[in-house]
Amino acid sequence: MRTEQELREVVIDALTEVAPDIDPAAIDPSTELADQLDIDSMDFLNVIVAIHDQTGIEIPERDYPKLATLEEAVAYLVQAQVAAAAGA
Amino acid sequence: MSDFVMPSLGADMESGTLLRWYVKPGDRVKRGDIVACVDTSKAEIEIEIFQDGVIGELIAEPGARVPVGGVLATVQGAGEEAPVPVAPPAPVAAPVPVAAPAPVAAVPVTEPVPVAVASPPRIEENGRLRVSPLARRVAERLNVDLATVTGTGPHGAITRADVEHAAAPAAPAPAVAPAGPAAPPPAADRQTAMREAIAALMARSKREIPHYYLQAEIDLSRALDWLHEANLARAVNDRLLPSALLLSAVARAVAGMPQLNGFWIDGGFVAGSGVHLGVAVSLRGGGLIAPALHDADRLSLDEIMAGVRDLVARARAGRLRSSEMSDPTITVTNLGDRGVDLVHGVIYPPQVALVGFGAVRERPWAVDGMLGVRPIVTATLAGDHRASDGHAGGRLLTAIDHQLQNPEAL
Repeated sequence: MRTEQELREVVIDALTEVAPDIDPAAIDPSTELADQLDIDSMDFLNVIVAIHDQTGIEIPERDYPKLATLEEAVAYLVQAQVAAAAGA
Repeated sequence: MSDFVMPSLGADMESGTLLRWYVKPGDRVKRGDIVACVDTSKAEIEIEIFQDGVIGELIAEPGARVPVGGVLATVQGAGEEAPVPVAPPAPVAAPVPVAAPAPVAAVPVTEPVPVAVASPPRIEENGRLRVSPLARRVAERLNVDLATVTGTGPHGAITRADVEHAAAPAAPAPAVAPAGPAAPPPAADRQTAMREAIAALMARSKREIPHYYLQAEIDLSRALDWLHEANLARAVNDRLLPSALLLSAVARAVAGMPQLNGFWIDGGFVAGSGVHLGVAVSLRGGGLIAPALHDADRLSLDEIMAGVRDLVARARAGRLRSSEMSDPTITVTNLGDRGVDLVHGVIYPPQVALVGFGAVRERPWAVDGMLGVRPIVTATLAGDHRASDGHAGGRLLTAIDHQLQNPEAL
């Protein structure tokens, strides 16, 4: 189980991999990532893939909107991790 | 022995700076191998070779700015005698140091690089020479055998300038600006250079191409239902994006509309050999580049998806290949992610058409007398009226719609 802070780092690492020019410290946790960081659907898919590679968490396509902001993405991953552990 | 020349990596390119060689004299190469890296004003491009053989002499040195068509190296073709290392071919003409035609970055001047006049290899496509109509007329007038001319246009097409160059073999060698050690320009210069390149190309497009514009709304419910269903069964890494469906639909539709797939060169239309979709990729920090997805009409959706991911990654990392830069036959731009409804595109010369997509939005939509809510995308076509008419353009948009109504066939 990763802590919330560790999951936050996973998301930020995935974002900076796709958009190397962004300053992680400057990400506003409650603003939509797509607008804030100028990432498109291809970038977003790469973020989802990177999160999966790091954590093993499968994010179904219908849940993409639940990861719109950094705050929401971290909350989603915390919950997904708990759900996966309960299901295992 | 034939010459390996600086390819044209886009209509806006006059010359390129050789950054590095990946081969040395005596190396065996085969068609498609990456042999050098060249800096255009837009990007660093990996240059492929288009024949099998053995590298003879490396004529251009790293740091040299070489015009399109200028000789980079000599190549011993497969089946020819082994290269003789003792006597490198002497340059036919004396080196002519001149100023670079369009300097993009200040480079210190050192010694000139000699350039041999092209000894012409045959450029053929399926046994047929690709020649612009004007080039053919000029060749007749100047009594030039087209089979002996090196084409520098898209797909190695022979242009008027190539014929004129071949007709005057004793003329001074192509101008080569001497340059210092190859150093890629810093990011700020790259930004400026790319802006200038886009400015020149787009200004030329709007100056020369009589654009006509069409638009059509397309119901994507079938395509997206199919896509979401398909993605349920797919691992994260194998998921498809709607843009893959749109690209596939365009590629398959344009395969049946040859007058919209190709180039306008020297006052005439030259059809593309295959459907090579230029995929507009916006670069972080500004600018864009539209490398080719080759033979996209024959690719599966998975292959298109993988191809686009690869192109986007390499475009942003500056690792595109020469063939991808030189030969898109039609460009597709998708600004849907940016929330726009539709795009009135500007055609990339010498191409003759550009297809644009806006955002997919839920809209009220009437079908069979019933009103429903459907995901709708507005597809647009910017067409070159010299090469095609609105009638043909309209048929293309209709064909794209038809393709998207049968997503399982894409």
